Amino acid sequence: MSASGSTATGPRTVFVQGNEACAEAALYAGLSFFAGYPITPSSEIAEHLSRELPARGGRFIQMEDEISSMAAIIGASLTGSKVMTATSGPGFSLMQEALGFAIMAEIPCVVVDVMRGGPSTGLPTQGSQGDINQVRWGTHGDHSIIAITASTHQHLFEATVRGFNLAETYRTPVVVLFDEMLGHMRERLVIPEPGELPTVDRLRTSVPEGVDYHPYLTREDGRLPMSDFGGVHRYNVTGLYHDMWGFPSTDPAIVDDLAHHLHDKLELRADELASVRTYGMEDAEVVLVSYGSPARSARQVVHEARLNGQPLGLLELETLWPFPAGVVRRACRSVRAVIVVEMNMGQMLRHVKAAVDAPERVFLSNRVDGRFITPRDIRRVLRIVEGQGE
Amino acid sequence: MKSIDSYLRTRFMPHIWCPGCGHGTVLNGLIRSVDAVGLNKNELVMVSGIGCSARIAGYLDFHTLHTLHGRALAFATGVKMSRPDLTILVPMGDGDALAIGGNHFIHAARRNIDITVIVLNNRIYGMTGGQFSPTSGCGIQATTAPYSSIDQPFDAVQLASAAGATFVARTTTYHVNELEQLLTRAIRHHGFSVVEVLSQCPTHFGRRNGHQETVEMLRHFKEGTAKVGSRQLAEQVDLIPRGVFVDEERPEYCDQYAEVIQRAQAARAGGAGGEEPQ
Amino acid sequence: MARTAIKDIVINQEWCKRCGICSTFCPKDVFETDAEGTVTVAHPEACIACELCERMCPDLAIHLEYEPPAEAPA
Repeated sequence: MSASGSTATGPRTVFVQGNEACAEAALYAGLSFFAGYPITPSSEIAEHLSRELPARGGRFIQMEDEISSMAAIIGASLTGSKVMTATSGPGFSLMQEALGFAIMAEIPCVVVDVMRGGPSTGLPTQGSQGDINQVRWGTHGDHSIIAITASTHQHLFEATVRGFNLAETYRTPVVVLFDEMLGHMRERLVIPEPGELPTVDRLRTSVPEGVDYHPYLTREDGRLPMSDFGGVHRYNVTGLYHDMWGFPSTDPAIVDDLAHHLHDKLELRADELASVRTYGMEDAEVVLVSYGSPARSARQVVHEARLNGQPLGLLELETLWPFPAGVVRRACRSVRAVIVVEMNMGQMLRHVKAAVDAPERVFLSNRVDGRFITPRDIRRVLRIVEGQGE
Repeated sequence: MKSIDSYLRTRFMPHIWCPGCGHGTVLNGLIRSVDAVGLNKNELVMVSGIGCSARIAGYLDFHTLHTLHGRALAFATGVKMSRPDLTILVPMGDGDALAIGGNHFIHAARRNIDITVIVLNNRIYGMTGGQFSPTSGCGIQATTAPYSSIDQPFDAVQLASAAGATFVARTTTYHVNELEQLLTRAIRHHGFSVVEVLSQCPTHFGRRNGHQETVEMLRHFKEGTAKVGSRQLAEQVDLIPRGVFVDEERPEYCDQYAEVIQRAQAARAGGAGGEEPQ
Repeated sequence: MARTAIKDIVINQEWCKRCGICSTFCPKDVFETDAEGTVTVAHPEACIACELCERMCPDLAIHLEYEPPAEAPA
């Protein structure tokens, strides 16, 4: 996609890859620093931003690996920049170390993982949703994290902007996850006018120079105002357990408080953070639960079922972590069956089972062969669940 | 000069290092050089990794970022790229800089980004209890080399020079005036600067390798080194050279990126600055 | 400009870890060390203000205080 010929304001309709939609959304959200390392199938994000960021006064750097890319965005975020990196499974594995640092030090940042088949080098050019649990548990130690996804370019654009907003609001890394199919597929995208979607700016401290500033003292509303490196407040940032000034501490009370804070600030807000889309859920007797590109096929199946008068619904998850257990439980209450549609061995299946009242009625429709889950694949499982054979 | 204390977070003193550890002497010299350059504390960012060396950051009243083992330069690159006006200091240990952080070290040098690295080389992993490091060299006793090390050592000066650092120097914790002078030049240098400081670890290196006393290790720095270009060094080839090895001007990374921004904006404006890339 | 005279050599005993660097390398034997390693300033008059002790001290525990510069003659 080229921005030449486009107007500075007003919605623009473009025909782009999902990767470009994600990159454009980041710019819309106020991205000013990107660090990354080439990897299929995410490289178009870096390519797009290497062109667009300097043109808008931002900065792009290609680092020596994904470890340093993640580290560099944390450093840049501390100076007040909105930051992002993008990668795929093998690179995301390398980022786990610094991702944990960002969680511990509460650094706003966005990490894009365009999922390909794994483990290891796996299927570089084909889609998968195999990183769902890695996103949640990949880095060591107790923690929480926000992960969001989408199934269309328009929704991906909105989700990415929301990702930046959540990162700033909760001072946390946010992982934007989507699969290779969405990343490389081209479809229509309407880039909204500035101001059409809400964007959240960095909350900076109002504490004046010379007054003790506590970078890690939570405000009553749960937020932690920041002070940019280079500003008037000099403080410490560390991956160690730390006190309200950011200095290392092994005091059991301080450690306990911080461990709970890092977990609770997101997990206790799971309902608030939940973003879902529903199709035909009003009177659904069988519910498909899906996310990412498989939800496109699930929507098609629901659409056709409804034309035939079948009470089928789709609950499409856009927030994956913290897992929207309350929303899933309420949506699946008193239905005959739930079918989780995903491109992995059932990574979300177990969380859906744990959330619903009748886990024995939760089934899986999946593919792990690098191919797209088709409506036919889902209908086959649906027939089995309905006792109609293959 | 301003008082040493005015640069310290004195509430954390006395520091964590063992009696006789050379790292405190490097802290001492670094404060003097920062004072000599005349920098405001709000303009200074210290980024450190993990290990005894990394603890320097906690004692200095700058903006301090205590990061991950080996990764300090990657974090520092993000800080510098985002705020090129800030002065970035990165203290690193020998293991931190040259083993786990070796890749970040050579690539930061290659870019010639304006960061000052101080490699506190005590030839051992002190904080984890005395394991051999990439600068220990052959024949060294360490907790992971009970039959003595067979690993060839890195020469930090040669590595930094070959990788493209535009200011490279070496001194020791014995040569304290030279330490202040070299750190001052390194901070003033516009580009990637590396000062290797041979520092003593009496607890883990000295004790296992025939140096019972701190002062004995310092005498070894005095007697076992000689200035670059000196007659002494020419005559005794086994001495370790001290002084400035590289001092050259090359385009600095953030300056070059400012030009990238100009080219991109000129292209976008349809000006003469360049064509829109395809 | 000539160095002004030494007023005092202050040792911060709270920070000092008794490594012995100052007393060993002082060219004028200004310091004395007791059996427990505690360093005291025994011969301040011998000090030539080379600052070696202050600069080498790994504990940042030694500070040389200078007399204020004498006023220029009118």
